[in-house]
Amino acid sequence: MSSSAISRDDVAHLASLARIDLSDDELDRLGAELPAILEHVKVVQQVAGDDVPPMSHPIPVANVFRADVPRPGLTPQEALAGAPESEEQRFLVPQILGEE
Amino acid sequence: MSTTTTLVPFEDALTRYEPVMGLEVHVELNTATKMFCGCATTFGAEPNTQVCPVCLGLPGALPVVNEKAVESAIRIGLALNCEIADWCRFARKNYFYPDMPKNFQTSQYDEPIAYNGWTEVEVDGEVFRIEIERAHMEEDTGKSLHVGGSTGRIHGASHSLLDYNRAGIPLIEIVTKPIEVPGDKAPSVARAYVNHLRDLMLALGVSDARMDQGSLRADVNLSLRPVGTTTFGTRSETKNVNSFRSVERAVRYEVSRHAGILDAGGSVVQETRHFHESDGSTSAGREKSDAEDYRYFPEPDLAPVAPSREWVEELRATLPEPPAERRKRLQSEWGFSDLDMRDTVGAGALDLVAATIEAGTSPAAAKKWWLGELARRSNEQGVDIAELPITPQQVAQIQSLIDAGRINDKLARSVFDGVLAGEGSAEEVVAARGLEVVSDDGALSAAVDQAIADNPDVAEKIRGGKVQAAGALIGAVMKQMRGQADAARVRELILEKLS
Repeated sequence: MSSSAISRDDVAHLASLARIDLSDDELDRLGAELPAILEHVKVVQQVAGDDVPPMSHPIPVANVFRADVPRPGLTPQEALAGAPESEEQRFLVPQILGEE
Repeated sequence: MSTTTTLVPFEDALTRYEPVMGLEVHVELNTATKMFCGCATTFGAEPNTQVCPVCLGLPGALPVVNEKAVESAIRIGLALNCEIADWCRFARKNYFYPDMPKNFQTSQYDEPIAYNGWTEVEVDGEVFRIEIERAHMEEDTGKSLHVGGSTGRIHGASHSLLDYNRAGIPLIEIVTKPIEVPGDKAPSVARAYVNHLRDLMLALGVSDARMDQGSLRADVNLSLRPVGTTTFGTRSETKNVNSFRSVERAVRYEVSRHAGILDAGGSVVQETRHFHESDGSTSAGREKSDAEDYRYFPEPDLAPVAPSREWVEELRATLPEPPAERRKRLQSEWGFSDLDMRDTVGAGALDLVAATIEAGTSPAAAKKWWLGELARRSNEQGVDIAELPITPQQVAQIQSLIDAGRINDKLARSVFDGVLAGEGSAEEVVAARGLEVVSDDGALSAAVDQAIADNPDVAEKIRGGKVQAAGALIGAVMKQMRGQADAARVRELILEKLS
């Protein structure tokens, strides 16, 4: 997306992707704030010249692997301990909408 | 919406439109542990018994890549004649859906581990080259159980229950480039390709590749364009087609459906579709998100994967014989004609025939049973021949009973019935059902005498030198003995008695 022009629709779309319910006032406010934030972050791009490759990891390492050997995990009771609700040893989630 | 669309008969649609297909196949690897954590991957375990903070997406948990999964990914890439990336990363595919507790799927985006490959499939003796766009590493999702709806479907469900045992199991997604083959061949090429991938995965030993258990899943992308044009039409993506036969049916259905929409001057909606096993139809799923809606970005918690060229070459040396070369070798070893071979491959019985021959059966007999008796049964039941509950070893046992003269071909059919019904080994079925051929002279002699007495005219002819009339008496003896007489011995006895 282009960094400077963010429409109200863009904000609403991003909010829906992030499952955040925004009021009309919030949409207006963020529509103005988000471009400012992006402008600010853009400063970093000025520092990175062609000789600085983009990086996604702070340490230049590769091939950090684990052997394919099973390790004990959590018991179902431990796994479900933090779940608001469970049933039949499964996590219970509310009605899923928006598909099918 | 498309629910009221008229379906155009497949052959009719092809007179006006050409299909273009793209196939995405997910292969679940058979590693002992998950892609990014040490949880076990046993199929069918009790819910949520193979989970840990990493695959449950608990705060602070850090993933580590399974080396064996990378190795399998590279071997799959090499077997598909792909280039293997020098350096590649994982990426987060962000979406909110309860089957992924992290709220993103760890996948690969613009840096797949394998890319630009090709493979070949054979349909009716014709070879089709399928270009491979990429094969990338990712993780499987959890399993949802929808409660309160009519048929366990999400629609109308009051809530859903999640089992995360499968979440995080390594998947390799293999994506083709657009497949443009003559329209009438498209369904069978699609099926042959998925079947070919299954064979390849089994030969590599990297996956169980069982469509019925979901360890091999196909998504079928399809679009139509008017005959003679080159621009691709809008595609639909039929998800999780779960048998080889369904792949073929899904292609045919979507061709018919798209043609109906286009004929009516409508436009195809770009969406995912659900395939229905019961009638071979598809129904609308969600509208396809744009890739940018997934807000992919490089996974910061995982180090890049940079397979050394030495490692890649080591793995290349472990590749099994390519299926096409193997077919040529087997054909000459078995002395099969081109047609025999084509029938065997077409029936999906190549590995079954090979294993039966390996277990000691002659090529001709192995072919006879798999392409005759067993192919007929799989057709009748509408299942793939490999899904019949009989092993090549069991077929070889039945044939060895025939070779030993203990049963004949006719009795063998009853033995097949018994083995397929789970009554035990061939020996056990013969014993339990009393199917052994009678070659005991006492019993046979009595039956022959009876047959002669019942058919005096025939007996007179044989006495008069018309030896070929013996067939009628052999038939009578067989009938008496419910097919269990040793026919050759019966013939000898008849001729002895009437000479």
